[in-house]
Amino acid sequence: MVNHVFLPKPVCSITDSSTLKVFTRPVWFFSLLVCFISFISIAEANDFESLLNDLGNKSRSKIKIAVQKLGELGNPDALPALVALKSKRLATTEEGILVILNEPEDQGSDALTGEKLEIGSLTLRKPRINNSVRRYLSAAIAKLKLNSEESDVRLEAAQELLKRSSSSVLALVESSLKKETHDDVKEILLLVLAKINLEGEDRNKRIESINIIKKFGNNDFHSVLEDLLKQNDKGEYLEEDSEIRDGAAKAIKAIKQRQVFVDQIANLFYGLSLGSILLLAALGLAITFGLMGVINMAHGEMLMIGAYATFVVQNLFIEYLPSFFDWYLICAIPVSFLASAIVGIILERSVIRHLYGRPLETLLATWGISLVLIQTVRLTFGAQNVEVANPFYLSGGVEVFNGVVFPYSRIVIIVFVVFVVTAIWALLQKTSLGLQVRSVTQNREMAACMGIPTHKVDMWTFGLGSGVAGLGGLALSQIGNVGPELGRMYIVDSFMVVVLGGVGKIAGTVAGALGIGVINKFLEPLSGAVLGKIIVLVLIIVLIQKRPQGLFALKGRSVDN
Amino acid sequence: MIKQIAALHSFRGWLFTFGLLFAAIILFPVLNILVPEESFFHIPDYMFPLLGKYLCYAMVALAVDLIWGYAGILSLGHGVFFSMGGYAMGMYLMRSIGKEGVYKSDLPDFMVFLDWKELPWYWYGFDYFSFALLIVFLLPGLFAFVFGYFAFRSRIKGVYFAIITQAMTYALMLLFFRNNTGFGGNNGLTDFKRILGYSLQDPSTKMGLFVITAFVLFLSYVISRYIVKSKLGRVLTAIRDVENRVMFSGYNTLHYKLFIWTFSAFLCGLAGALYVPQVGIINPSEMQPANSIEMAIWVAVGGRGTLVGALLGAGLVNVAKSWFTVAAPDYWLYFLGILFIVVTLFLPKGFIGIFDRFTSKNKDREVIND
Repeated sequence: MVNHVFLPKPVCSITDSSTLKVFTRPVWFFSLLVCFISFISIAEANDFESLLNDLGNKSRSKIKIAVQKLGELGNPDALPALVALKSKRLATTEEGILVILNEPEDQGSDALTGEKLEIGSLTLRKPRINNSVRRYLSAAIAKLKLNSEESDVRLEAAQELLKRSSSSVLALVESSLKKETHDDVKEILLLVLAKINLEGEDRNKRIESINIIKKFGNNDFHSVLEDLLKQNDKGEYLEEDSEIRDGAAKAIKAIKQRQVFVDQIANLFYGLSLGSILLLAALGLAITFGLMGVINMAHGEMLMIGAYATFVVQNLFIEYLPSFFDWYLICAIPVSFLASAIVGIILERSVIRHLYGRPLETLLATWGISLVLIQTVRLTFGAQNVEVANPFYLSGGVEVFNGVVFPYSRIVIIVFVVFVVTAIWALLQKTSLGLQVRSVTQNREMAACMGIPTHKVDMWTFGLGSGVAGLGGLALSQIGNVGPELGRMYIVDSFMVVVLGGVGKIAGTVAGALGIGVINKFLEPLSGAVLGKIIVLVLIIVLIQKRPQGLFALKGRSVDN
Repeated sequence: MIKQIAALHSFRGWLFTFGLLFAAIILFPVLNILVPEESFFHIPDYMFPLLGKYLCYAMVALAVDLIWGYAGILSLGHGVFFSMGGYAMGMYLMRSIGKEGVYKSDLPDFMVFLDWKELPWYWYGFDYFSFALLIVFLLPGLFAFVFGYFAFRSRIKGVYFAIITQAMTYALMLLFFRNNTGFGGNNGLTDFKRILGYSLQDPSTKMGLFVITAFVLFLSYVISRYIVKSKLGRVLTAIRDVENRVMFSGYNTLHYKLFIWTFSAFLCGLAGALYVPQVGIINPSEMQPANSIEMAIWVAVGGRGTLVGALLGAGLVNVAKSWFTVAAPDYWLYFLGILFIVVTLFLPKGFIGIFDRFTSKNKDREVIND
């Protein structure tokens, strides 16, 4: 390069070519490198491919080796094929292409490329596996899953390992534990480790394991720990080490305490859920009872109508707007409210209005109405329960503790009830209709003298109460069966809410409903569902001795009521 | 005393009552035995349990009318007292099956089925008819007395009382539905073989039970009539109309209400005990809230506060029910529902009320006044 300046033109061409050489050398080197790397990766890819293809091999031992090596490779792409093999949905064609079948086995896809295949025209052969292969498969799947990027997948794999742990996964769990960052997954992996170590020989490790179980373990460990405390026929402990025995006893105690706590939380939640449904059912009942002094025996059927309105809306969405199906529930809210409210208003105008001052007869007449409504629904929709689907945002649930799942539907219903009760409260306290309702409740004659159209107030209030029950039906359709007898199951409980809570105050109804709901759920595990219910009824009858007008009665001066 | 009783009805009234009693006790059996089967007037064997059932219902209606029609207390829980009497009798009938059950065991079949080894303590004594009868007489009344004492003491009345009694029957229904309660759970007590040694399949036993039922109903009616015509009955009517004034006049209304409530429950229990051997089954569905409400509608259809109306109503509604459930089962609930509505809206005095309107000479008949 230095003599470049001095050299005449011909030399110049040489220098040109030498510059060329100089420049091409790294390119060549680079391309060689690329070539080499790609060769390795191709080799690896080929390795992966051939291993995958080996899954369809006729020889079981080859399948076993392939499974093992796929697990060692740690490539998550192998997961679908492995899972398919385990559930016997893997097949090979005559050309040796690996096919993954779907659940009903009417469609398939290429295990390598993921392409959809027309399987009708192919002759498929399923590789046969035995228990030994299955054991390797489980280990490989667990390993691949534990390597996954997603913490959910890792969590699932860890839980799977916990269920069927064996000493063979010890190394795998230990290595995963080192990498693991997610707390929940870590906890479960620790438990897996503890479960394995507990069965081992190392004393320190066993004690450590018991401590881990004491800290994180759930009921599933109960039997393992109990085994440590077992005695033989002569009264000697099978486990010789007293420290381990003490540890196990303490761990059992800790687990039990934790379980009791978790159970209480679950009871509280389900009690609140039941209470909130009762609240929707009883709110309208309490308002109309306070206002008109009549008990509407057909109130339960307003729940039923609300639930069937939801069912009808759902079917209309399936028919005409299938793409918006998941939003049918939103649309059903006003529909179920209006359907029940309209039926309620018709009922009030046609029957109840004529029975003022005769509360006992109203009871019977509304019972008659409920019979007619039930039979009408039975003849229209059939006597069987109908199916109301949960939209996607209400299916599933959130796991609060290990083993305690709060379904989204119930959570949303509680929120919904809070919203409805707030709305009713605002309506009664902040609007002129509410003012009128309250005044008629306190003293009908006086209110009429002041120019309040009491009959109109009755009508609107009755419609409102029935509409709220309709919303209750909508809520019920999301957690239970919808059938003609739906209302009957809740009506006695809602009467109890009214009796307990007193009339005229929303607070009374709220307290009554939540109280009955929660007490019911807390008594259920102690005495069974039926006895729990009976105890609640007896409690109410006893309570009523002290407060005949309910817990939150309006104070008044009249002799009656 | 005889004079007092005789004064309960006019001469024509007594003639009518005894006429009915005669028909039930003598005429019907004669028509069954002596009249040939082809004859129009022949009463077939299967009619007797059916008629007996109606008479039991009429007794229940009588009981409900006493408490609702005269004291103004609507009970939606009379099914409980009916079932108590029924179960007591059923337990005796169960025990008298002996070892002829399906499992050939001394224990009732359902207990063998549930793998129970010995009789629960509350079944002791039911081997004897006299003990069962004692329970039939005492238990419903005793239970009603305790329940009523607590309810009336805290002045629970009107709609509140109705709802509480409904809750009571609902709770007991749930309790009896449980297998562990020891009363046969869902299926209740059934497959009876004999009563006091007489086979229940035998037509003459059936007829005998019917005659006894008719006679007991007649007695209950006369006693009820005696009660409502007495001073006690007057006080009860006053309590129904304006309880506060009665209280202010110095009467302790608790005693009066408690008496009639207990007596009503007693009658109802008796009806249940007569019902079970004729129908052949007792199960918890008798305690459904719906059944107890239906009892109230029998009284309302016939006419409250008249006793006769209650008997009439029970008969009419149940005959209609028997007809509908065979001819048009889908429409029975419509009929019943509309009956409830129409009677309360347009016939506050029931069918007796229509009858009175046409004859319009019964000025002394109690006027219902709320």
